[in-house]
Amino acid sequence: MSQSLYEQIGGEAAVNAAVDIFYRKVLSDERINGFFEGVDMDKQAAKQKAFLTMAFGGPHNYTGKDMREGHAHLVARGLDDSHFDAVMENLAATLKELKVPDQLIAEAAAIAESTRNDVLGR
Amino acid sequence: MGYTIHYNGKDYDCGDTETVLDALLRHGESVPYSCKAGVCHSCLMQALKGQPTEASQAGLKETLKQRNFFLPCSCVPQVDMTVALAGEAELHHVSAEVIDKTPLNAHIMRVRLRPEGEFSYHAGQFVNFFRDESVVRSYSLASVPALEDFLELHVQRLPGGQLSPWIHDQLAVGDKVMLSEALGDCFYTRRDPAQPLLFIGTGSGLAPLYGIVRDALQQGHRGPIYLYHGTRSREEIYLVDELRELAAAHDNVHYQPCLSREEAAGFAHGRANEIALERHPDLKGWRAYLCGNPNMVEASKKKIFLAGAALGDIFADAFVHS
Ligand SMILES: Cc1cc2nc3c(=O)[nH]c(=O)nc-3n(C[C@H](O)[C@H](O)[C@H](O)COP(=O)(O)OP(=O)(O)OC[C@H]3O[C@@H](n4cnc5c(N)ncnc54)[C@H](O)[C@@H]3O)c2cc1C
Ligand code: HEM
Ligand code: FES
Repeated sequence: MSQSLYEQIGGEAAVNAAVDIFYRKVLSDERINGFFEGVDMDKQAAKQKAFLTMAFGGPHNYTGKDMREGHAHLVARGLDDSHFDAVMENLAATLKELKVPDQLIAEAAAIAESTRNDVLGR
Repeated sequence: MGYTIHYNGKDYDCGDTETVLDALLRHGESVPYSCKAGVCHSCLMQALKGQPTEASQAGLKETLKQRNFFLPCSCVPQVDMTVALAGEAELHHVSAEVIDKTPLNAHIMRVRLRPEGEFSYHAGQFVNFFRDESVVRSYSLASVPALEDFLELHVQRLPGGQLSPWIHDQLAVGDKVMLSEALGDCFYTRRDPAQPLLFIGTGSGLAPLYGIVRDALQQGHRGPIYLYHGTRSREEIYLVDELRELAAAHDNVHYQPCLSREEAAGFAHGRANEIALERHPDLKGWRAYLCGNPNMVEASKKKIFLAGAALGDIFADAFVHS
């Protein structure tokens, strides 16, 4: 049996390593850090972990409807394609920094990309 | 339109966005609570019927979660619930005798207590201190178990407050008080004795730091230790001589008292957190401890993380209040 993307990337350990790097990038990114203001950091980090687990094809319980509802208040505040693209960039840069092979980065990006319409409420 | 909370033989309505704790208080029930933020655990309850929300169980021990214990201050119910106060078996309350009360300055009282029976803790954890069944507040442990056989608290007087003025004015040596077990995860663990450590505290936020710094040294920490303590004025700062002596006795300890509204020789002028971050702009590989004012703690957490410290290396106790 072939390994899942999640296993190939390194499972939960890889997610934990990625959270710090990814979250630091997001908080430093002027294009999107406004959306993360005023949220408790530890709770926020737990959510970044949920995001990364999902993008790595790992086990999660989120549905498209959850993604829609979870980001609706952000869409109301102006969340659009440009912000989505910025998150995609940060995701790819994080995985590159962790020396994940390009092929796997592309697979993770495709999973995240597939949520675009739900996240943006379209 | 919300759910029903069954407590103490009565049914109470709970609003759409209301927490179980707020609903009980609104209906005149007297239940213990302090922070209303899921930090102090003094409000612990058990759900006898109805699953508590995930958020209200975050941070509880696995054994408590499994038995449906939860924090009503953090639970906006998603079903009807039957709830009960946690019992002694879960709360692990201990009686302790006040053995000393010494003012450290005009605002801060050092209180030393001797627990009756076994009491295990780490310097920097906190205890919930009961005045009676329902008035309870959290105070951090400034003592070090390996060095001292008493518990030490630094209690800042908050004029008009329910508990801190009572501790200052009414509590007497020889009195017995009720404490919770030690809680919280802001303490020293000896993973890498050479790691640089940054400590930032405001006001009585020095209490846990005073414990943790001495605990780290006692456990043989060799890496540099930087302690920044901030208050507004000279009249509010405390333990300056003790900390200067500690720094003089240990090459790796660096102590900087900071005053935000006063200039004085021997003190840095400005906010402790800002001065610390100016002096240590690159915190990759560091561990940080932050205690005291909740705004300072939240803002500094973020800056310290962005300065390179790993999330898992940032320990914080915000002295939140309701
Ligand atoms: C984990 C933790 C550890 C703590 N450790 C310590 C410690 O070591 N030493 C210590 O002195 N305190 C500590 N505190 C704070 C302490 O628990 C109480 O909040 C504080 O003593 C005030 O209680 P009180 O009953 O006197 O005032 P309350 O009756 O609770 O408050 C009276 C009024 O003042 C407001 N208020 C409460 N606190 C503040 C504040 N700091 N600044 C401005 N307004 C306020 C309240 O909202 C209320 O309106 C800690 C808190 C937490 C959560
Ligand atoms: C790339 C696709 C995305 C996926 C798969 C995704 C996934 C998630 C997940 C799983 C959560 C946690 C929900 C929860 O448990 O409560 C979440 C929350 C969040 N997301 Fe996204 N997300 C995406 C894009 C974005 C973008 C583009 C932004 C903004 C720039 C964003 C901002 C947030 C914020 C701020 C939260 C926290 C919401 C809150 O607690 O208020 N997300 N996301
Ligand atoms: S945890 Fe509920 S009141 Fe503090």
